[in-house]
Amino acid sequence: MIKRTLFAGFGGQGVLLMGYVLSHGAMHRGLNVTYFPSYGAEMRGGTANCTVTLSDKKIASPVASNPDLFVAMNYPSLEKFEKSVAKSGLIFLNATLIKEEVSRKDVEVIKVPTLELAKEAGSDRAINMVMIGALCAKSGLLSLEDTVAGMQAALKGKEKFFPLNRKGIERGFAFIADGK
Amino acid sequence: MSAEAAFKKIFGRPESLKENYTHYCPGCGHSIAHRLVAECLDELGLRENTIGVPPVGCAVLAYNYFNFDMIEAPHGRALAVATGIKRTNPDKFVLTYQGDGDLAAIGTAETIHAANRGEKISAIFINNAIYGMTGGQMAPTTLLGQEATTAPGGRDSSLHGNPIDISAMIAVSNGVVYVERCSLASLKQIRQAKKAIKKCFQVQLDKLGFGLVELLSPCPTNWKLSPKEAWAWVNEVMVKVYPLGVIKDTTGYEDKK
Amino acid sequence: MPSEKKLMRGSNVVGEAAVRAGCRFYAGYPITPQNELPEYLSARMPEVGGAFIQGESEIASINMVLGAAATGVRAMTSSSSPGVALKQEGISYMAGQELPAVVINMMRGGPGLGNIAPSGADYYQATRGGGNGDYRTPVLAPAGCQELADLTFTAFDIADKYRTPVMILGDGLMGQVMEPVIFPDPIDIKSLPPKDWALTGCKGRKPKAIFSMLLDLNALYNHNLHLQEKYDEITAKELRWDTAMTEDAELLVVAYGTPSRIAESAIEELRAEGIKAGLFRPITLWPFPTIPLRKLAAKIGKVGVFEFSMGQMLDDVIMAVGERAEIYFYGVPGGIIPTPSDVARFLKSSIKGDGKVGRRIEA
Repeated sequence: MIKRTLFAGFGGQGVLLMGYVLSHGAMHRGLNVTYFPSYGAEMRGGTANCTVTLSDKKIASPVASNPDLFVAMNYPSLEKFEKSVAKSGLIFLNATLIKEEVSRKDVEVIKVPTLELAKEAGSDRAINMVMIGALCAKSGLLSLEDTVAGMQAALKGKEKFFPLNRKGIERGFAFIADGK
Repeated sequence: MSAEAAFKKIFGRPESLKENYTHYCPGCGHSIAHRLVAECLDELGLRENTIGVPPVGCAVLAYNYFNFDMIEAPHGRALAVATGIKRTNPDKFVLTYQGDGDLAAIGTAETIHAANRGEKISAIFINNAIYGMTGGQMAPTTLLGQEATTAPGGRDSSLHGNPIDISAMIAVSNGVVYVERCSLASLKQIRQAKKAIKKCFQVQLDKLGFGLVELLSPCPTNWKLSPKEAWAWVNEVMVKVYPLGVIKDTTGYEDKK
Repeated sequence: MPSEKKLMRGSNVVGEAAVRAGCRFYAGYPITPQNELPEYLSARMPEVGGAFIQGESEIASINMVLGAAATGVRAMTSSSSPGVALKQEGISYMAGQELPAVVINMMRGGPGLGNIAPSGADYYQATRGGGNGDYRTPVLAPAGCQELADLTFTAFDIADKYRTPVMILGDGLMGQVMEPVIFPDPIDIKSLPPKDWALTGCKGRKPKAIFSMLLDLNALYNHNLHLQEKYDEITAKELRWDTAMTEDAELLVVAYGTPSRIAESAIEELRAEGIKAGLFRPITLWPFPTIPLRKLAAKIGKVGVFEFSMGQMLDDVIMAVGERAEIYFYGVPGGIIPTPSDVARFLKSSIKGDGKVGRRIEA
């Protein structure tokens, strides 16, 4: 098994943190993991992206030819990376910001109303936690427990954010389970 | 009566100097400066605990003359090298011995920042207003009007900039505790220079911060003067641009007395 | 006991591994993409009684390392390409003075200020000496976080054993990538072989001087011969390389560091289509594993060279392989990270010999 996930969006949307959570959660599950962020100028307000590769075998390339999973947090990211997604891949859209449709017909699109769900979970800042919850639930990459463990490892030292982030992740899982 | 009682040794080679002939020119200030440094180390009992950093320049071979551990630094980097030594060996006595090209031109950044960090290092700064080893080119400290092989007709401020007073420049930093300028061109000043060097060393032993002693040093060869004329030039011309005396002293030593 | 598995960024991995390998002095100047390393060590060094200094420049930093190394302390500096160019003065002096130290270069695009993306463009600078004089610096090229940790230990050991600066040549990706790492046990510094050449103050012995200036013509001549003997010994004893999937390969891919990881995925993509390629990965770039590569290339008959520069390691491959195999080359300048599919297209083209991707090299 090898799964490559690309996260992309504006700086400040928590794109890199989603990658950390997935990476730490995968380690918690006992998988090999490689996390590669975009870095430098983009980190300071522009676009941000990162690639997380999970596998039960040794991982070679830290960059992906065709990600199996793609999380687009804004429209420019969707436009830029849509074409690279593998056939039958999953595209997760931040439906709060992206009103446009995905043009590809050979992928499955999951529209996640992140802001609405985050508000329901208690904070509009938890949009990335909602999204990572939805991603892990839909893809089956991580259980709820592994995802929460990943969040806690990624945010070690910032324990006061754990409860709210956990609610965000749970809301994402519930969204996939209940379709709403 | 034993020989010991009959004869008392009143002058000899400091233990901190090796029994070697130096390569310095007749009338050069380096030999005197070496001796003063060596005498101070001996008197403070520091020789066996000292690591010295000579410059690139006329004193590049100082390790042939100083009788303690020494490491060659690239040109201008003595105070960076000394910083690495002192930070990993805070109990060692660390000194640099640098010329004006080394300390005040190519090593300006290393000088200012080691001083500003308040590194517990003692710097001996030989200012002879000329590049000696390479053969008489302009130094950062060359006086206006002074002849140099790269300033034909004399240093012109509009072409070559102005003589730099690096001692005064570093003195403004809080990391710098003690800066004094002395000369090696009169017996009285040589005695004063020794006092200053010893005090500078004490600053390091007391872990107060950075200390520097600037020594105006004759270079008869490149000034194209006799040794005697060179002394006179220091005392009559050079001191007007680089006045002698304490530039900074926040040691508090005098208050305690 | 080795550490538990930790997910860490490459730059931080080097910092932690250095501390565990006994490094007690670090000086450096910030430059992207390796700032996490000095940041990590600024907090970590004081915990183990070591010293951290943010130098006023790369030049000052390498010379601080020179000073610390002269007293026998394991010392390190790090930077990225333009900064490592500035450090060449100190590296040359340490080569001449025979001082051990570790220098990290997380390469970025050049020439000049270039950009901060991963690059391999300092291969020549790293493997040919880099500064003035007739010297070489052992260069280790890790291809992942675990190897970053392990090779940091190796770098300090080689540096001490041969009294030479050693370089770890990574790139922006190696500096930024996060992977799980198990760190080896911290060494006991007291157990390291004594450094009888180190400056410690001359109590109870004759004074020592460490210098590279040898005005006597015979002295410098003999010093250089001595250095060359040392480099011969390093070449004989310290060669490191790795291979994968070469047994049945029709094409041998040569790549180091990050490109070797992308190449390995490309090879896996090809093998899924029934096309057989294998990987030769130099781990020491100097000394270059010339003979092992020569033997394998001659057996396989086709070589594809892939690097993040426009034909630098290629020269070493040509010297190793000559006309014993066809050589194809795919160079990518700093900035663009090719995907495994891009590299797979090059490898297919090389096997066919159609020259559609990359180019054929006449050795």
